[in-house]
Parts: sequence; structure tokens; C-alpha cells
Amino acid sequence: MRFLLVEDNLNLASATADRLSLDGHVVDHAPDLETAKDYVGTTSYDLVLLDIMLPDGDGRSFLNHLRTARIDTPVIAVTARSEVSDRVGILDLGADDYITKPFDFSELEARCRAVLRRRAGATSNAQRIGDIEFNRLAGTLSYGDETVALRTRELRLLELLVDNSNIILSKTKLVDRMFSYDEDVSENAIEVYIGRLRKHLAGSHVSITTIRGIGYRLDV
Amino acid sequence: MRRRLFAALSALLAWTTGAFAFEIEAETTFPAATATVELRIISTADSAFFTPAVLDFQAAHANIAVTYVEASSTEAVKAISEGASFDLIVSSAMDLQTKLANDGFATVIRSSATSAVPEWAKWRDSVFAFTQEPATLVLSPTAFDGLPVPETRKALIEILREHPDRFRGRIGTYDIRQSGLGYLFATQDSRTSETYWRLTEVMGGLATQLYCCSLNMIEAVRSGELALAYNVLGSYARLPTVKTDDLVVIELADYTATMQRSILMLRNSENPDAARLFVDHLLSTAWSTSDEPAFGFSAELDPDDISVNRKPIRLGPGLLVFLDQHKRGQFQRAWENAILQ
Amino acid sequence: MKGRALGSMRRQMIAQLVVGAALLAALLIFVFQDFARRFAEESQDNVLLASATSILENVSEDAGGLIVDIPYAALAMLGSVSDDRVFYRVDQGPTFVTGYDDLSVAETTTANDTSFVSSGFRGDQIRAVTTSRLLSLGGQTQRIRVTVAQTQDGLGDRLDELFRRAVLLGLGFFVLATGLSVWTATRVLRPMQELALSVSRRGPDELRPFERPVPTEMVPLISSLNGFIARLRRALDRSEDFITEAAHRVRTPLATVRTQAEVLSRRIERDENRQTLRKMIRAIDESSRAAGQLLDQAMVNLRTDALQPTQIDLNDCLQDVVTRLTPVAELRDIELTTTFADDCHVSVDPILIQNAVSNLLDNAIKYTSAESRVALSTSSDGDGVYLKISDEGPGFEAVDQPLTERFVRGSAGEGTVGSGLGLTIAAEVFEAHGGKMTLSNNTEGKGGCVDVYLPR
Repeated sequence: MRFLLVEDNLNLASATADRLSLDGHVVDHAPDLETAKDYVGTTSYDLVLLDIMLPDGDGRSFLNHLRTARIDTPVIAVTARSEVSDRVGILDLGADDYITKPFDFSELEARCRAVLRRRAGATSNAQRIGDIEFNRLAGTLSYGDETVALRTRELRLLELLVDNSNIILSKTKLVDRMFSYDEDVSENAIEVYIGRLRKHLAGSHVSITTIRGIGYRLDV
Repeated sequence: MRRRLFAALSALLAWTTGAFAFEIEAETTFPAATATVELRIISTADSAFFTPAVLDFQAAHANIAVTYVEASSTEAVKAISEGASFDLIVSSAMDLQTKLANDGFATVIRSSATSAVPEWAKWRDSVFAFTQEPATLVLSPTAFDGLPVPETRKALIEILREHPDRFRGRIGTYDIRQSGLGYLFATQDSRTSETYWRLTEVMGGLATQLYCCSLNMIEAVRSGELALAYNVLGSYARLPTVKTDDLVVIELADYTATMQRSILMLRNSENPDAARLFVDHLLSTAWSTSDEPAFGFSAELDPDDISVNRKPIRLGPGLLVFLDQHKRGQFQRAWENAILQ
Repeated sequence: MKGRALGSMRRQMIAQLVVGAALLAALLIFVFQDFARRFAEESQDNVLLASATSILENVSEDAGGLIVDIPYAALAMLGSVSDDRVFYRVDQGPTFVTGYDDLSVAETTTANDTSFVSSGFRGDQIRAVTTSRLLSLGGQTQRIRVTVAQTQDGLGDRLDELFRRAVLLGLGFFVLATGLSVWTATRVLRPMQELALSVSRRGPDELRPFERPVPTEMVPLISSLNGFIARLRRALDRSEDFITEAAHRVRTPLATVRTQAEVLSRRIERDENRQTLRKMIRAIDESSRAAGQLLDQAMVNLRTDALQPTQIDLNDCLQDVVTRLTPVAELRDIELTTTFADDCHVSVDPILIQNAVSNLLDNAIKYTSAESRVALSTSSDGDGVYLKISDEGPGFEAVDQPLTERFVRGSAGEGTVGSGLGLTIAAEVFEAHGGKMTLSNNTEGKGGCVDVYLPR
């Protein structure tokens, strides 16, 4: 996905950009509102991460700008304030969702997914892999006539496998990417989810191969 | 006759017992069937005059007996100042009644009956008038044959002046030295109008006869002895027993003084409740608006309508003036000078 | 917070005015009475003097000696004024001439030829005047004294009548003054009452200055009040600004560090390093959470002090919270279920309640096992609304903390980043609204249960 990150703190901005690119996203950084307006006017983004508190004005005015310019990009507002705020609701101004910093990036990802799912229709994002159809946004896996709704972690696991198809993914890496940092999860928990996916994939030509001692690989 | 006997007997009694030295003229008792109280009244009025009033009272209060003592006004005052035991005093001498009240011999009475008496007819709620009796001119119609009836004093003076012979020795009036009422009428006359002295002089020049009492003057006119009498008590002249065609009673139009006979309750009364009852009864009967007089004399009282020429003598301290020795002396001398020529 | 009442200002004012009026009325009666008495007495004295003088003027001499010709009017005039007993006496030098010889005569001199005396005589109180003049009689000059006296009954009656009038006057004045006092007090105090009413009617958030015109005496009060309001407003603004600023300042660097740590964690291969990093991230999360809750506490304090309730449907509020936390729940495949009853309207501060509920739900999601269920349900009755959040986690264990009630999860939840303060804040919010929060453990199955009651 292509992100526009509107954040004035350069340290945080670079760290965030790095982290997002680790997941394969492209990030443009605008340190202030003016730059942000320029970017959003010239480039099409999948999502805007907007810091609400900016030096040259409230992030709210940016939301206003987007609305008046009829730029329909989804916005997730990043705020240091928790929900206790008597200011006008950020959501009322046009943000799709908000997240409190510091945040766990898996939460960010979950919120992005939810926002995009709401925005786009469920049908347009189906991806054909071998003889199965995988809709990331809808979180469904279809083989033949049957469509299965995947649970979050199953979905995340399948995404990782699909994005790295024909590459071996170590358990460690999978744990990293599937669970948040405040969860104490053993590597063997992966096996449970692998097992479930295998069940869903049963009958198709797509399969998950265990490479003992190393990891797993999706074979198409 | 009975009078003189009574008078002698009482005087004797008074003298022998060393008691009161006043003279009474008569004493009448009015017993009551169930007498518990005896009311003692001293009065200047003839018992014949006052008897109906007493009987009227006894009809309403059967348990009260009444002793009625007649005396002259001066003797009555003497009796009271000597402390004689009486409950009530009835008198025609308005000045003496006033002095009695002024000197503290009277008791104040306040009741619904007394409040019905108009202001000019009472003093200090102690002296209460119950009659209104005019001083009139009484004349013999035969003596005045051919002459106009005088309506004013001025007219009278003229008639006397024009016909001295007809009237010489045939005029009568009070001897003010003897009669308290006579003195009262004369002094009030002198206050009211200057014509009084002129009249008195004219009368004096015609050898006027002097009398002690109204009844005597009336009798003298009736018998023809007098042609006219001046300042006669009109109530007596109009008594049914006295009235005749031989008398004409005139209330002179320029003014006619009226004497208010009054009753007074004495301070040392021994029967105050009975006395009060009597006063209330007398006053309410006298001042009631019914036309029928309750007594033998004409009360002729109408508190609202005082006819234009009647001048009631007013109760009050003014009456004390002519009781003053000096004043009396001066008046008497002037009067004597005028009437005795 | 009620101040101690000193008693109604209006009533005090009226009471004082009425007392003042009563005193004035009494004074009025007294003065009137005194004046009237003097006037009446003077009138009586004047009449007595006139009477005595008229007698004195009629004292003359003739060949026979002294002539006293008392004018009728001299005594009659006394009778026309009242029914008092009258006494008189005339003296020639030391010799009694006529009248009441037991009447006492006052001394007179050439300089002061008239004197008035009040005394007793024949059992009554009398007022007597003696007036005199010199007369030449038979070649000799002699002082002729005329004394005229009368009892005081008439005067007494007149004075009684005057006193009655005076009392009526006083009473009338008093009634009028009282009526006027009540009217004045009410009118004068009306601006004060109106101001008090308008102040009390203001909600806690109305921090506009008072602009209505007020009487001069109240201007200092109003300026102080407005000054105070301005200071309060500034203080509130500053507090809010401070909280916002603090939140930003604290959280931004924390976010930076955490993000860096995540980036680093991806790049590190060695397991023990990854574990260390993991611990670091945990620590950051814990401080972030702590900071967040401290800021929350500050905000809650600020808002509960000036609580402005509005009518909301609790179900809507809960739905918002559920929607907001669903992505977080989905991360661990936790199912959030809602069972809402009808008519869950309450009068609350929506921001505070949303925050409190959010705390509770976040807590439940955090502690319940993966792929389990957190159930929210509401019910209501005439008094209020009930909310139940139950999870399938390790349950609660109350910790003895005498100073603050800090709710913590049982030891089985130790691996999870603490949330003690969050529950405390939630409890405070509910209690500030007159409600209650209780924790319990599910009797069937495992997990904890939070029960909340909010009055309507």
C-alpha cells in the first residue's frame, strides 16, 4: 500500500516509515500541512496517516481540506490524546478511524484493513492463486463453490504465505508478524494455524509444505 | 290649711330634735305594696303637679315607696347643704341646681335614658331637664277689650304708655327678692334684651304689683284684679284646672325665655339604685317622642324642634354669675330703682 | 458546596425597616401627644385667663366702694367649652370680696401679674389662673386679684380623644410604613435576587462573564465575579492545554522508541536479543499505558468537578466503543457480543462514560484468552441502567490497598501489561455519576465480570 504519513516529529516519522516498509508498504512523509496538501494533490494514496497535532495548525484543517477538495483517500488520525477529549470528534470531521500513539503496528494494520474493507467493495480485491481465490480485504478463501471466512490470524498467516509464496518462512518470522508484542506466544502456536489453513486448502492444488527445522512454504 | 300645719309641725320637729333648720311646705308619702326601698325626693313643684309622675314610676317599680317633700328653692338648697337625707332634688331654679352640681352635691348618671337628653338640656350628666316651661304674658281679655294684643315687648311698652290709666295698679310680676324663679327670669331677660329695663321702668311707673308666685298672679288676672301679669309660668297658666276663658296666655314673639325644670341625684343618696331608676324613668318618659304627655304638666318637649322665638335658658356655669352676691346686689338695686317708684 | 445562610436579607431589611417604623410611629405618637397636650392645656389656660380678665375689667369703684360686675360671659364661656365645674374668687388686697372663699389664690406681682396653678380643690383636680391689677380705691392703691378655676374633666376628655387620634395616626403611619418597607425591600433586592437566580441557573461550563446591568453597589461584586470566572476559565483552558501538551510530549518520543524497537526486532536474528527487545517493547508499552492513564485521571478529575450531564442512550455509547475496539479484538480473534435492552437512557457526561467503558472493554479484551468471547449486555429498570461485561480470562483478585482501590487482575494475568489504574478510573467515573461498579468472577466457567449501575 501507498501511505502518506503526515508527522512533524522527524524521528518518529523515519521510524514509522522504516517499520511500514518492512511490511512492503511505500511511505511518503510530509512534515507539515502544506507539504501534505501538495502530496495529496499530486499523488494518489491508499491511506493517510495524519498526526492531529501539527505545528502549523490542527490536523483537522487538513481533513477539511480533503473534504472540500473532494479527495476521497481514507484517513487514520494519529493522536497522542486518548479518547477523553471534549473537542469535536475527530471522526465527525472526516477521519475514518484513529489510533493512539504509541501503537502496536499490528493494531494499525488491523485498523487499516477495517477501514479499507469499509471503503472498498468486498468483491474487487480477490486474488487468484492457483485454483483458489483469496480476498484479503474480505478475509475469505474460495475453492470451487465453497467460500470460507478466515479468522484474523489465519488470514494474516495466509497473507504472509501468499506474499512470500515459494519462499520458506521461519517460525520466528511468522510469530513476529502474526502476534503483537505484548503477547507471550510460543512458536508452536503457529502449528495450530498452519493446521487450520491446511484444512481449508484440502482438495486444492495449493498446499503448505513443512520444511523441518526451517519453516513453512506455500506451494502453488 | 294642711300646708301650714305641716310646715309648723316640721319646724317644731326640726327645732325640738335640733335637726335641720330648713322649712318645708308639704310632705306627701306614696307607699308601695311591697316596699323594700324608700325614695326621698325634695322638690319645688306642687305635689299635685308631680303626683302623676310618681305614680307612673311606681306602676313600673312596685317595690319602691316615695316620700315627696315640697319646699321653696332656697330652702331646698339649704336642706341639702346642711346634709339632710334626700335622694333626689327636683327644682325649677336652674341656677341653684347648677350651683348644687358645681359645688359637688350631685352624682353623675350615665345611661341610655340620659344619653337621649340633648346637650342643651343637661349639665355634667348631673342636672337633667325634663320640662320646658315658657315665661309668658298672661292678660285678661276683658281688660284688653278694644286693644290689640301685644306681640312683642316693644308693643307692650307702647300700649302701657298710651293707656296708663287703664293699667295703673293693674300690672303684676314676680318679686325677685322673694322668688327664685322670678329672679331667674328677670336676670335672663336683662341679658337677652335692652327692652327689659325699659319695660321694667314703664311697669314701675304704673305701680306694678309684686307677687311671690305664678299661681297667685294667674288667679289675680282671672279674677280681674290684674289686667296683665308678666313672666308668668306658662305651664301653670295652661293647666287644665287653671285654664279659663278669662285668661289669655301669650308667648311674646320677640323672644320667650323657657325654664327647664330639672332633676338631680344627690351624692349622699342612701338609695342610689332606686334614685337612678327614677331618673331614668322620668327622663325616658319626658323625652320620648310620643305626643301624649305622661304627667299632669305639659312637657312640650321636642328635642329637635325649638320654635324660633323660644329661648331656653341654658344650664351651665353662666348661671352662677347672677348667684354672686355682688352681682345679685347690683341687679337687685337696679331692679328696685326701676320697679319701685 | 452551600454557604452558611445568615438569614434572608429581605427579611432582615423588612424587619429593620418595620422596627424603625415602629419606633418612628411611637415617636410620632409621643410628639403629637405632647404637642397636643400642650396645645390643649394652653387653650384651657387661655380661656381661663380670658374669663378672669373679663371679670377683672368689670371691677370698678363707686361711692359705696368696690363693684364687681361679673359679666355673664365670663363664666358662660367656660361652660361653652366643657361641662367642668367652675370656681372663682375676687380679692381686694388681702380681703376676700366674693366667690368661693376656700379657693386658694396665687401670688402675683407687678412684674408677673398672671399666674397659673394646678391643684386639688373639693375633691377634684383644678387648673386656676390668678390675674391682678392695681386699682386706686378711695385714694389708696390696691391690688385686685381675680382667680378663676375649673376642673380638668373636659381637658381630660379632650386629651383622651387626642390620644386616640394620635394612636390611630401612629398605627396608620406604622401600617403604611410597613407596607412601604416591604415594597421597598422587595424592589431594591430584586436585582440581587435576579442576579443570584441567573448565577445559579448557569451550568458549570458557562464561563461567560455577567453582562446584565446591576445597581452601583453590586458592581464591585460583579466585577470580582467576572474576574473570577475569567481566571477559572483561563485555569481550565490551561489545564486542558497542559494535558494535551503533556500527552503529546510524552507519547511522541515513546512512539518513536517503540517503532524503532519493532524495526530492530525484525532485523535481529539471535533469539536472546529478540527476547531482550521484546521486553523493551513491553516496558515501553507499560510506561505509555501508565502515562495514558495518568492523563486520563487528570482529565476525569477535571470533568467530574464540573459535571455536565446530557441525556444519552447508553446502548449507542457502548456500540461506539465496541466498534472502536473491534479491530483490537480481532487481532486475537476475540468475539465481542452485545445484548442491549430497551430504554437505556441515562443523564451522564458522554465523554467520561465512553472513556470508562472503553477502559473496561479494553481490559476485558486484554485479559481474555485468544479466540474467546467478551460479552456486553445492558438491562434497565425504573431507577437506572445496568451494564455487564464478562470475559473468559483469569478473573479478578482484589488487592488490599487501603489508600486507593486499585483493581488488579489475579496473578495468573501477570504476564500482561498492568491495567490497575484503568479500572480505578472507570470506577471513579461511575461513582461521580451516582452509580457503582463491582467486580466478580464468573461462577460458571472462568473469567471475570464487571457490573456497572448508573442511575437515570
